[in-house]
Amino acid sequence: MSVFSTVLARDLRLALRQSADSLTVVAFFAIATVLFPFGVGPETNVLARIAGGVLWVTALLAALLSLDRIFAVDFEDGTLDQLVLTGAPLPVVVLAKVCAHWLTTGVPLILVSPILAVTLHLPIAGYVPLVFALLLGTPTVSLVGAVGAALVLGTRRGGVLLSLLVLPLYIPVLIFGTAAVEAALIGRASTPMLSVLAGFMVLALTFSPWATAAALRQAVE
Amino acid sequence: MVRRMDGGTGEFQAGDFQAGSFSGAGLACRRGGRMVFSGLAFTVAPGGALVLRGANGSGKTTLLRLMAGLTAAVAGQLAWDNRAIDDPDAHAGRLRFIGHLDAIKPALTVAENLRFWMSLWRGESRDTVITDALDAFDLRRLAGFPARLLSAGQRHRLALARLVVAPAPLWLLDEPGNALDESSLAALARAIAAHRARGGAVVVASHGAAFVDGGSTLNLGDFAPTDDAHWSEQ
Amino acid sequence: MHRFANPTQFMRIANAIYPWAAGLSAILFLVGLPVALVTSPPDYQQGETVRIFYIHVSSAWMMMVVYSAMAGGSAAFLIWRHPMANLVAKASAPMGASFAALTLLTGMLWGQPMWGTFWVWDARLTSTLILFFLYLGYLALGDAFEDSERGDKAAAILALVGSVNLPIIHFSVEWWNTLHQPSIIKMTGFTVDGSILLPLFLMLGAFTSYYVAVLVLRLRSELLAAKIRNARMSQVAVNQAAQPAE
Repeated sequence: MSVFSTVLARDLRLALRQSADSLTVVAFFAIATVLFPFGVGPETNVLARIAGGVLWVTALLAALLSLDRIFAVDFEDGTLDQLVLTGAPLPVVVLAKVCAHWLTTGVPLILVSPILAVTLHLPIAGYVPLVFALLLGTPTVSLVGAVGAALVLGTRRGGVLLSLLVLPLYIPVLIFGTAAVEAALIGRASTPMLSVLAGFMVLALTFSPWATAAALRQAVE
Repeated sequence: MVRRMDGGTGEFQAGDFQAGSFSGAGLACRRGGRMVFSGLAFTVAPGGALVLRGANGSGKTTLLRLMAGLTAAVAGQLAWDNRAIDDPDAHAGRLRFIGHLDAIKPALTVAENLRFWMSLWRGESRDTVITDALDAFDLRRLAGFPARLLSAGQRHRLALARLVVAPAPLWLLDEPGNALDESSLAALARAIAAHRARGGAVVVASHGAAFVDGGSTLNLGDFAPTDDAHWSEQ
Repeated sequence: MHRFANPTQFMRIANAIYPWAAGLSAILFLVGLPVALVTSPPDYQQGETVRIFYIHVSSAWMMMVVYSAMAGGSAAFLIWRHPMANLVAKASAPMGASFAALTLLTGMLWGQPMWGTFWVWDARLTSTLILFFLYLGYLALGDAFEDSERGDKAAAILALVGSVNLPIIHFSVEWWNTLHQPSIIKMTGFTVDGSILLPLFLMLGAFTSYYVAVLVLRLRSELLAAKIRNARMSQVAVNQAAQPAE
């Protein structure tokens, strides 16, 4: 087996054995979304108007909560030292771990998003763009988040710091992810926004594994 | 058990790795803004052993991490077969590092933990090799248990068992005798002896080091920067 | 030793620049502030509020310049391990954050008479706000480690990641802004009259030379702090050596 599939398989197996972790993230996504009707009132048209944005913001926050798990446990138990020393290119290891993170948090979030969209009265036209936007956007969220997660290893207040570092970088994904849903609601094509999201993903795929690897190397130093 | 470690199954034959000599010269390292050591030089021949000694804070762990390529030196150069090491990944590929942290996942079984590292290092995992490694450190009956059930000593043995699942010419061991009982120390001594018999080199940071025969000793206290060196930096 | 030869050389140049930068800054502020705030004619469209604009544009300019200096310094630190480059980045960050805060503040003060509200999600104000957050993240990360040297590298990587992301963020916010508020008055939406150029350039010069002068001061104090740390550390080492080994 290649390094990529070995690391991916191990992380998936760990996530499966500790599936409560992934479920907690999904549960957070649900409860945070459900808070909005209490905050803005249950009027159907108000909720329908903000549904896309609310789902995107809460999905980002949920993903953020799970991000520090990507490397923190490996850092604390010494696995990271060994992963840096496999002799394989570190960006490949990083990519495998980010893939595992996306599969165990990004995908569950995407799967429950239509159900949560129902509670926010998202018009029918919005569902397909929402799912596609999340499909194209959440990999970027995991990739960019991995850089932040690697940078805060060994800090005193990792989680809060991580949100300060990473959330500003998520704004472009948020803008285009929400715009894709809104375009569909006013009868326009959402493909331009989806292609921009795909572009962001390609950019993140190109840069983020290297930046993360550099951050990990300085973390184990 | 010993005989199998020495190559009875054919899994650990010499030639699984390219033996070489490991050396360093003029090494200096800072931690937390403080010079830990400077002007440090060492050589380990194939089949040789180097025991690092020194008081707490003298930089044994730092030196081992530097040798592994985890920490960058302020000055000096590491060399493999007298050729300067400039590709950290290539260097990492020929060493096994056992540090203070055991890199064990509590949710995986003992065998799964080993299998992960074996396939990472060798690109494949073979059950016979895993079983041999577990045997060598008396862990076989625990193979199917989740690692979270292990005691501190058992965890440490599991970490050491990683050394024998994938041969590599250089072992860097940080206090490998910690938390080990006498029979485990003997197992460690056998593993190190077998590794050296195949031409492998070992660097050990240790207070006791009863598990290494012969070999040279490096006292890190000798390379602590003098007060003068501190001031001349500025 | 080459580690410390560099700073010596660097500081020799920096110290030579310092009196010029400090003097220039003092003169330009003394001349520029009265011109910008009192004697220059009010704008025919904006009236007296144009005076806020001189400070606003200058600090906006500085927040960009300082971020570039930070990103450049971080890159030089990561690639060539140049310790002074890192010090430049570290010393610049709080100033950049302050310039960004000043830009936001003056932007809001300018917005009140122009738009009737202190805050509008104008593309440039929004981008400035995000840049301010990036500065805060850099400062927080650099400060979050027990071992300050680790914080240096982490913060340097973050500065580079930020500089790659800034154009993307700017483009996204720009696009988002046209999507939602197509008819908003742009901050640059007035014709440039010759009369505003003199005070503007005076203020730009004053701000820039002020940054350079304060940067040198901050570098000096950082180096002194490092010396004190080293002296303390070697004191600890001496004390440890005096104790018998266990």
